[in-house]
Amino acid sequence: MSETTHAGPMLAADGTPLKRSLARALRRQKLRALALIAPLLIFVLLTFVTPIVSMLWRSVENAIVPETLPLTVEALKDWDPTRGELPEEAVFAAMVTDLQAAVKAKTHTKLGTRLNYENPGISSLFRSTGRNVGKWDLAADGPFKEKLIEADKGWGDIEVWKTLQRYSGHYTAGYFLNAADLENTAEGIQLRPEEQRIYMTLFIRTMWMSLMITGSCLLLGYPVAWLLANLRASTSNVLMILVLLPFWTSLLVRTSAWKVLLQQQGVINDLLVWVGLVDDANRLVMINNQFGTIIAMTHILLPFMILPLYSVMKTIPPSYLRAAKSLGATNWTAFWRVYFPQSVPGIGAGSILVFILAIGYYITPELVGGTQGVFISNRIAFHISSSLNWGLAAALGTILLSLVLLLYYVYDKIVGIDNVKLG
Amino acid sequence: MTDHGAGDAFVLFERVQKSYDGETLVVKDLNLSIAKGEFLTMLGPSGSGKTTCLMMLAGFETATHGEIRLAGRPINNIPPHKRGIGMVFQNYALFPHMTIAENLAFPLEVRKMGKSEREEKVRRALDMVQMGKFGGRRPAQLSGGQQQRVALARALVFEPELVLMDEPLGALDKQLREHMQFEIKRIADGLGITVVYVTHDQTEALTMSDRVAVFNDGVIQQLAPPDKLYEEPENSFVAQFIGENNTLEGVVKEIRNGVALVELDDGELIDCKPVNVSRPGERTRVSIRPERVEMNKARLQPGAHTLKAEVLEFIYMGDIFRTRLRVAGNDEFVVKTRNAPDQRRMQPGEQIEIGWLPTDCRALDA
Repeated sequence: MSETTHAGPMLAADGTPLKRSLARALRRQKLRALALIAPLLIFVLLTFVTPIVSMLWRSVENAIVPETLPLTVEALKDWDPTRGELPEEAVFAAMVTDLQAAVKAKTHTKLGTRLNYENPGISSLFRSTGRNVGKWDLAADGPFKEKLIEADKGWGDIEVWKTLQRYSGHYTAGYFLNAADLENTAEGIQLRPEEQRIYMTLFIRTMWMSLMITGSCLLLGYPVAWLLANLRASTSNVLMILVLLPFWTSLLVRTSAWKVLLQQQGVINDLLVWVGLVDDANRLVMINNQFGTIIAMTHILLPFMILPLYSVMKTIPPSYLRAAKSLGATNWTAFWRVYFPQSVPGIGAGSILVFILAIGYYITPELVGGTQGVFISNRIAFHISSSLNWGLAAALGTILLSLVLLLYYVYDKIVGIDNVKLG
Repeated sequence: MTDHGAGDAFVLFERVQKSYDGETLVVKDLNLSIAKGEFLTMLGPSGSGKTTCLMMLAGFETATHGEIRLAGRPINNIPPHKRGIGMVFQNYALFPHMTIAENLAFPLEVRKMGKSEREEKVRRALDMVQMGKFGGRRPAQLSGGQQQRVALARALVFEPELVLMDEPLGALDKQLREHMQFEIKRIADGLGITVVYVTHDQTEALTMSDRVAVFNDGVIQQLAPPDKLYEEPENSFVAQFIGENNTLEGVVKEIRNGVALVELDDGELIDCKPVNVSRPGERTRVSIRPERVEMNKARLQPGAHTLKAEVLEFIYMGDIFRTRLRVAGNDEFVVKTRNAPDQRRMQPGEQIEIGWLPTDCRALDA
């Protein structure tokens, strides 16, 4: 090799830089690989990435106010709400102009619904006014301040104008504040009154119960996984089928089965009463509360703990335990010092899987959770399908997503994601 | 060689049987006594019961019948961790989540030994296998040979009097294996420990052991020092299993004055040393070691027996020549000759005469 080649980039035989030559040679392979994964890539983009991005955007989006009331928003800019007076006539005139356009486009009720989330009552204000303003003549019927207040005295309430001014931007933090039990008042951001705080309680409950479920899955699943990994192949195959059986049964059926078992007139209570352990008048309440949710979800998520544990334990040769015993360790020491540390990657993988599945679970808490056992996802579903407050649902979803990512990060710092093995 | 009677036995198997399924015996009526300080190898093909015997001694399998004694004490009902037997496993079984030093400290820790004493012993054990610098590494960072040394050190660090080794060199390449054989032998002799070594490699067994127990089909076929095992095999299995061996089949004509006259299947008559044939008319396999056959007529010793042979193949192997012959209808008759200046290189198709001493030719069971 000559010395000159060290000066510049490596050259191929024909004088082009080696890197470019290599890239050209590999291009066909790369294109083919890309073509192979393209269907999945497009599918994931459409069904996974797009909804998430849309959800993130929806949680801060507020274009409906400035788009429906462009003149009012402009006129309200100069109004100082701290003086305690209603806005000028010009603002009322702008409002009437905007409302007339909105009524024509039939968007005023939508706006009312949006603002109603922030100040209950505004929805009916917009609907009732919308019936009147259409007939007014902009040039002749002024001044509009008294006329509007006369039409609906809600316009004389300074809080309505404050809300309008606060939510006049294209983007808003309102949904997030709401999701965190906060509100934006004239005095700044504050905690909501105690009886209105629900989401933080729900978030904390969701986390706590998911931890409980993960813990009970681990306690119940570890010995089963150990048996699966250490029994003879024929026996462990039968056991494996029993572990997988729940996967082949409908989730709804299994959850309903728990209802049958756990309810006050259910199988378990009947049995306890019959045996005499429980008095007929004081049957145990085991369903429609947190206990029921934890029991049912532990059962449903158990395979997700057992399978990763099993696949990790399968790779631990039995000779380690034998070696430990030959070195003088009792059964317990051999397990605790030698076997258990090697099964930690499986515990990590199973716990992450179960916890993340649990934290977003919906059907089971909905069916057996009652009021005390529901999760944050049930509230999100409520806002999506019943209250139609999608912005708030999106904000709650975004917080949930961030929480999971944060936990994942903490887990990575403590356990190390390299230590997670699915097999 | 001294006879190891039951009186001074350190390890004693008494009529031990083992069955896994209740239908077939893996170990059939085993009687074996091992003296203190002895290096005993259990040699045999896979499935011959040798590993099962080792596992019963270690306590990982229970004997179906019979008794195993260690230093006079019956150990059938003592759990493995209380037996105080060191063990080296086939795949080393070094704990992957501990460093080398932690691996070695483990047996001392579970014995509640103090920290300073522990460290001193670990250091000495590592130095003994020349791994002193590697205490801080993880097993995965070591080569196979180094892991092997560590496994050995770990089995010895708590100073057991008996160490079991289950094919410990099986995963190493040939050169390293040969080196480790001497290393293990040197350390075992130095410490004066008793070693029970399991292998299916007969060279390993011959190089290292004081005595070798050849297992087949759950039975010890022969228990003898290496030289005796090789030169005086007591049956056909041992003759075939240990070293290279030529077999000629025939029928015993007569046995007189410690010499058996055997008629080979092609009608040739040869003199043999009767080993486990007792009466005329019995079928026999005659065994002759390849290096005891002479192809150079000038070197034949008086009293040697000669036979006609045809050269089928000649292989030059450097230090020796390996010649394959057809002798008395057997196409696999091999002769090994030293690469000496006067040794002729044969050509395939040559008709020659070969010979051997009747004492080197053993008439065994058919």
